[in-house]
Amino acid sequence: MTASRKFLKGNEAVVYGALAAGCRCYFGYPITPQNDIPELMSSEMVKVGGQFVQAESEVGAANMLLGAAACGVRAFTSSSSPGVSLMQEAISYMAGSELPGVIVNMARGGPGLGDIGSSQGDYFQAVKGGGHGDYRCYVLAPATCQEAYDHMIEAFDVAYAWRVPVLVLGDAILGQMKEPVTTWTPDVNADAGKDWRLEGASGRPERLLKSLFLEDGALAGHNAKLQTRYRDMQPLSRLETVGVDDAELVIVAFGTIGRIARSAASQLRKQGHKVGVARPVTLFPFPVAQLQALAVPGRRFLTIEQNCGQMVEDVRLALAGKAEVAFHGHLPGNLPNPDEFIQPILDALAAKA
Amino acid sequence: MALYLDAIIAGFGGQGVMLIGNLLAYAGMEAGYNVTYIPVYGPEMRGGTANCTVVISDEPIGSPIIKRPLSCIIMNLPSLHKFQPTVQDGGVVVVNSSLVDPALGDAARLKIVPVAANEIADAQGNVRMANMVALGAWLRATNAIPLDTVQQALPNVIAAHYAKLIPANANALARGWETADAAMATA
Repeated sequence: MTASRKFLKGNEAVVYGALAAGCRCYFGYPITPQNDIPELMSSEMVKVGGQFVQAESEVGAANMLLGAAACGVRAFTSSSSPGVSLMQEAISYMAGSELPGVIVNMARGGPGLGDIGSSQGDYFQAVKGGGHGDYRCYVLAPATCQEAYDHMIEAFDVAYAWRVPVLVLGDAILGQMKEPVTTWTPDVNADAGKDWRLEGASGRPERLLKSLFLEDGALAGHNAKLQTRYRDMQPLSRLETVGVDDAELVIVAFGTIGRIARSAASQLRKQGHKVGVARPVTLFPFPVAQLQALAVPGRRFLTIEQNCGQMVEDVRLALAGKAEVAFHGHLPGNLPNPDEFIQPILDALAAKA
Repeated sequence: MALYLDAIIAGFGGQGVMLIGNLLAYAGMEAGYNVTYIPVYGPEMRGGTANCTVVISDEPIGSPIIKRPLSCIIMNLPSLHKFQPTVQDGGVVVVNSSLVDPALGDAARLKIVPVAANEIADAQGNVRMANMVALGAWLRATNAIPLDTVQQALPNVIAAHYAKLIPANANALARGWETADAAMATA
């Protein structure tokens, strides 16, 4: 492993992380606020001998990703919310066909065309399926440019280890901000996928990658297999915590809102308020056991999201009535900052069960 | 003593506020700090003003977006009206007095550092380096990062085909630093 420190936008970190992970195909279609990804990839991919394609649409890009993944080629596509909606059919097909496609969503405001600012309104779409049928993507929620880099490496690892699509869910803030990033190069297992990838059947039995199962019992068996896989992935879940040990109130927030909430909590700590922050790093699998372990008697929870209330449902399911979970939604369309979170946190602290 | 400092840098599009924001953050990284840089993300992109926020800290940085900054670099009048009221009490506000009457600075509440950035840059041969003059003044007023660390970071944020302008930019930073130093000595 070699490491060096660069000053990168989140979007740029995604590109360098993917290339370090051995990505050799990128397919995309322009949309703000993730255009730095295809722009940078168009020059960087050439340097490593890979393929860059500006597709005719997001539908095309996602299906090109499906094709590359079926060949066992490390590939990804990126877009922002409206474009990711267009990709959902192909993501469902990749899940059904057990294909390791990687998708990056630098989310923007919605619904519809929304705006080009940050939003977490795509949480449900990312973690609950998004397309049709019973499937899940492995979902990572980077909060720093370093995580944007590291999560791309993890995305390809998990996609190939588990044969599931992986979605990296950032937002307009992460895409546009710059931070120091320590770049590193993992060992890439070139044999990953050699048992199933399509590379020409000369000298071996033919292979078929598909999501259509018409034989009696076949689809039921396939669904059972996928559900078992999703349950088996639960130990991959991660929760980052700051200042929770003596906390009377734990804020649960993901992605950039998680770090902005940490600033608010830090301000309140200085005034003597016992506030901690728990940031789910994986959104699927959700860190259920880790959150449950925080639910000691008397402790309260406040979920803060830049949407109208999505992850809070999973927090409440995880805590299963063991603790009260309040919610503060910062509306997409308004740029979030720590000061906006202070009063909702104080309100949650003051409310008695 | 823990270091935490943030700055909003604001001006007209074309005054180079994004460039000095990048430069400051890069130099902060080189000085061993955690840094964030974020350009404004809103309707201003399509209009006449531009701003960015830089945070420098020796601890992990939470929010890259700051509503009540500890300091500002104000390059034009609309930016003064927009951001001066948001600066925390006692904060440093570098004002480009070539374009903004420094008497508009809220000196009762803030530490106003006027610097005639356009004139000083023009006297050095290139008015476009007014941004560097202003950043130089900010460096002196805050003492956050050494001038030479910032000068040495210039090649990392200036495109290769403008490399010949790096010495002039370094000089403009120094002139701004000296101007603020002289102003603070007499204050």
